[in-house]
Amino acid sequence: MDDFYRDYILDHYRNPRNFGHLEHPDAVAEDTNPLCGDHIKIELRVDDQGKIADIRFSGKGCAISQASTSMLTETAKGMTLEAAARLTKDAVLENVGIGISPTRMKCAMLGLRVLKSAAIGTIAAWPDEE
Amino acid sequence: MSVSAALDASKTASIIADFPILARKTSRGKRLVYLDSAATSQKPNPVIDTLVQYYREYNANVHRGVYEIASRATDAFELSRAKVADFIGARSDELIWTRNTTEAINLVSASWGAANIRSGDAILLSELEHHSNLVPWQLLAERTGAHLRFIPVDERGLLVLDDLDRLLDGVKLVAITHVSNTLGTIVPLDRIIARAHAAGAVVLVDGAQGAPHLAVDVKALDADFYAMSGHKMLAPTGIGALYGKRELLDAMPPFLAGGDMIRRVEYRHTTFNDVPWKFEAGTGNIADAIGYGVACDYLANLDMTWVREHERRLSDYAFQRLAELEPRGLAIYGPRNASLVSGAISFNFADIHAHDLASILDTEGVCVRAGHHCTMPLMDKMGWAATARASFYVYNDERDVDALIDALEKAAVIFKL
Repeated sequence: MDDFYRDYILDHYRNPRNFGHLEHPDAVAEDTNPLCGDHIKIELRVDDQGKIADIRFSGKGCAISQASTSMLTETAKGMTLEAAARLTKDAVLENVGIGISPTRMKCAMLGLRVLKSAAIGTIAAWPDEE
Repeated sequence: MSVSAALDASKTASIIADFPILARKTSRGKRLVYLDSAATSQKPNPVIDTLVQYYREYNANVHRGVYEIASRATDAFELSRAKVADFIGARSDELIWTRNTTEAINLVSASWGAANIRSGDAILLSELEHHSNLVPWQLLAERTGAHLRFIPVDERGLLVLDDLDRLLDGVKLVAITHVSNTLGTIVPLDRIIARAHAAGAVVLVDGAQGAPHLAVDVKALDADFYAMSGHKMLAPTGIGALYGKRELLDAMPPFLAGGDMIRRVEYRHTTFNDVPWKFEAGTGNIADAIGYGVACDYLANLDMTWVREHERRLSDYAFQRLAELEPRGLAIYGPRNASLVSGAISFNFADIHAHDLASILDTEGVCVRAGHHCTMPLMDKMGWAATARASFYVYNDERDVDALIDALEKAAVIFKL
């Protein structure tokens, strides 16, 4: 677990991409990790083709949840809502590029769960439990 | 090293030898540095052996069988009740077995609360409370139309008692912790209970973090109820206890209904058993209850005055060592005074989230709790999203504090502080 905290992870933690809010989002979702209380909100702007034209996230949490969500927003930009809804935990694990211990898996999956919830308009399942 | 410190070190070494888990290594080959006793304590050999002996030699239900092993089980079960009661200065007929502190508080809320709390009544809590001494009272207030008040906490984590008499006006029940599980703050019960009684209130003390660490005498405290958990004081999980003044317990309706809590049952009517069995429906947690008595023997043998002094000394050392990291961003929460806290210290390190910190400490074998510690309202009030908490017990020593500091140094390197 100590090798998780690589430079690019710390960079995304301390300088999160797409952090903040959209003025009139087309889709919004938020959720809390029941284990630790970490909270993430994601706002989407969707264009005429159903693609994610812009994305912002906000919230507080550990380096794992913040960095994985920050990276996920870069992955999701330009995707159709359908494609975002079909993302699996592997998308997050590929982004972070390093093993996540079982006790911290929920931290890594919180952002993806919120993104999928925003894409389908209802609460999505935990990606690591699908 | 002073003479008393040397004596303390040799006593601690013999205690550590009684806890087999502390001799084990983590999967990374690290010494297990257990600093999460506020969550649950480790168990000494005498307690573990008691469980095995019960199941191997005299496993039988209590209060029923006439045969030899049933009688032995009943005797051990009731002798243990007497030991746990004696440990807090109570009589055995005032001590009810529960699963834990939470169930003990829920028992009072459901039984005493339903019988005594009416619409418009006030219940006084403190802002330090664990969810288990908050949520049951929220539910009772919703059911009855009562309302909750709170003794405020200051930025150091100490209760502000200046307005206590005004807060107590019209209060039926005061439910308050003995020791804060998040900040370690020892609550000055002696300054609260007498004034609560003068105002006509009944006082329940959440002793989950008090009984394991402080010498408790419920009669001297004059607490009406005292709730505690075995697993935080060397006993197994699944067993706790509720002390209540006999006249209160006698007047209270049953909690759960079923076997053991009855004297005589007809199809349409039941006469209930005497206290404490009136509140113990169904087969209890026999082996663990017997283990609870052995745990109290173990602590009484150490002497709770020594336990308190050992933890005070260790907290003092921890405050000193943690202060070394303050220039690098370590923040210590709570009273920061070993005389005011009981073996639990909350902290954060620069911009490292408490969960990340706990994960890194784990790689060095150091076990700490991270998060909201089941005190979300306190965390919100203080403006902390999460904290890491190190908590100490009889088997911890200065080496464990040093291991914590070394692991924090490692976290500082990983996070490039």
